Amino acid sequence: MTAIAPGVAEPALAAPAPRTDGVWRTMVRSKSGLAGLVLVVLITGMSYLAPLFVDDHNPVDAQNRWQGPSGEHWLGTDHSGKDVLKQVVLGGQTIIYVGFLAAVITLGVAVVLGSLAAYYRGRLDSALLQLTDIVMTVPAVVLLAVVGAFFGLTTPTTLALLLGLITWPVLMRSIRAQVLSLKEREFVEAARLQDLGNMRIIFVEIVPNMAGYILINFIIAVTNAMYALVGLYVLGLAPLAGANWGIMIHQAWTYGAIYLPEGRAFILAPVCAIALFQLGLVMLTRSLEEIFNPRLSKG
Amino acid sequence: MSTTAPDVASVRTGERTTGIARRILRNYVVRRVFRSLFVIWVVTTVMFFMLRLLPGNPVDTYIATQMRAGGSYESAAATAAGLFTFDPSTPLIQQYGDYLWALLHGDLGNSLTGTTVVEKISSGLPWTLFSVGYALLIAIGVGLLLGVLMAYRRGGVLDHTVSVIGSVLHAIPNYLFAIILVVFGGVQLGLFDVADIRGTYTAGVEPELSFTFVSDAFYHASLPVTVYVLTTFGTWALVMKASTITTLEEDYVTVARARGLSDRRIGTQYVGRNAVLPMIAQIATQGSFVFGTAIFVELILKYDGISAELFAAINDRDYATVQGILLLMTFVVVFSNLLAELVNSALDPRIRESANGAGG
Repeated sequence: MTAIAPGVAEPALAAPAPRTDGVWRTMVRSKSGLAGLVLVVLITGMSYLAPLFVDDHNPVDAQNRWQGPSGEHWLGTDHSGKDVLKQVVLGGQTIIYVGFLAAVITLGVAVVLGSLAAYYRGRLDSALLQLTDIVMTVPAVVLLAVVGAFFGLTTPTTLALLLGLITWPVLMRSIRAQVLSLKEREFVEAARLQDLGNMRIIFVEIVPNMAGYILINFIIAVTNAMYALVGLYVLGLAPLAGANWGIMIHQAWTYGAIYLPEGRAFILAPVCAIALFQLGLVMLTRSLEEIFNPRLSKG
Repeated sequence: MSTTAPDVASVRTGERTTGIARRILRNYVVRRVFRSLFVIWVVTTVMFFMLRLLPGNPVDTYIATQMRAGGSYESAAATAAGLFTFDPSTPLIQQYGDYLWALLHGDLGNSLTGTTVVEKISSGLPWTLFSVGYALLIAIGVGLLLGVLMAYRRGGVLDHTVSVIGSVLHAIPNYLFAIILVVFGGVQLGLFDVADIRGTYTAGVEPELSFTFVSDAFYHASLPVTVYVLTTFGTWALVMKASTITTLEEDYVTVARARGLSDRRIGTQYVGRNAVLPMIAQIATQGSFVFGTAIFVELILKYDGISAELFAAINDRDYATVQGILLLMTFVVVFSNLLAELVNSALDPRIRESANGAGG
């Protein structure tokens, strides 16, 4: 497999940041990367554009509970007679929003703390490492369940914030390792000689060099955040107001949809939506890894 | 590296006692153990204050619930005084001291349901450890085998199939996979009876060391174990594959080949042993991950391990139990990490050296 597209062939200058056009081309050329991208874009697009076209009025219809798929209700109806297809189409927004926001927070904290720790070393470094040790120890999902239930999290944004603040340590450690090796490179030395200032060296010279690495980890963070979030919804530990994929699964599970042949679509539709979205993200990271770390694909 | 030099010197010059004390403190194992204890202490402290800072005082909440259920204030207060081992009106710092003191004696307090937290934990924990451990063994075994085969036949059919299946299964959240398993395996195909397989063992079967009980326990654990194994074996296979490939490129393997040793001998003695090394650290992280996320799978499959206790405690606002279970999970994670570090350092002395040199 040719890991690097001809587009990147010309030698990069001082800061060898990967060229974006090359990345794009390689990703589109690799089948699984393209498939992953299509899945992610399609599902995100559906969730965010659907409200423009689909009327979100989805009335409770006691006469038509647990209907199988039909011309009127393509995926049937749920325990209260609501249309399942509409719920699936409109139910992705919160999940995707929280996933991305949590990933942004995780990544932000990890990149800032990781670079600072690696760049300054010394006491700051050991204190931060000790902190990661402690935060990593408590099972994130369990802590989230407890804090979520006890503090009564009501908005998706608080959920994202909490997720972000619990899950940064693993990433912070790997960013730290990256910066440790990057800061020995010549271009950092050159920047130091020019007296560019520590903050500028870290965030303008070093961090952009990890762009590919950061992008991959961003996507991984999205999948992790979605995993935890949907889990909380499915177990009913997060507020069950509104409708999203997690809440749908929770309702389908508690109302026993699995035992009714007509209810099968109600439980499987959101499960498939989440699974496909996650799969898309994972395929995307795999092909990005091949681009940014060509040694992997040779192995 | 340089840190060991003064020790040797001080012992030689006669400062025996301080020298030995310092050497004990600098010892890798001792330092790791202290560090783990420190982490546990910090987590305990943070959790204690976090739960105390929550809105609403648990005793008042309990009394209010009892009164709403029709009890008088006096009787509710009397029950509460018996149930709660701490008095919310004493200063926080004193409560904290009492809590730590009790903790040192293995007393985690009383649950709101009238039993002690320790009893609650010991009824759920063994099942979780059993199912997660059993799954881990299978997943590691299968993963190691597949990983080595994939490394030897890189780019082959097996390599591609396992990579694809492994990443697809890994991408699906394990609790959703559990749902899919129940819907298709249980309801659609009728491979197992969904209602019957729930729980940890069949009612009426006595927990004892008999064939009936053991086979019953394995039967009930089979669903969660299937979920854990199928969602994790791909990761193991990929890690083992990468590790084997790196080892295959080592000079000593080339030398062994040049010496004309048999492939089988090279595979087991030279490659296999060294390739397994990096996996040991993985066992701890993967193990704690599965353990930490077992809460979702267990609740979906109604496997009554520690998660069922935790879930019930969260719903009842049973602070002492929640605190106890969180502490216990932390302890399991810290302990497994410590174990992995120690095993790793025993197998590979370089880790000890670098940790001593870098100071952590």
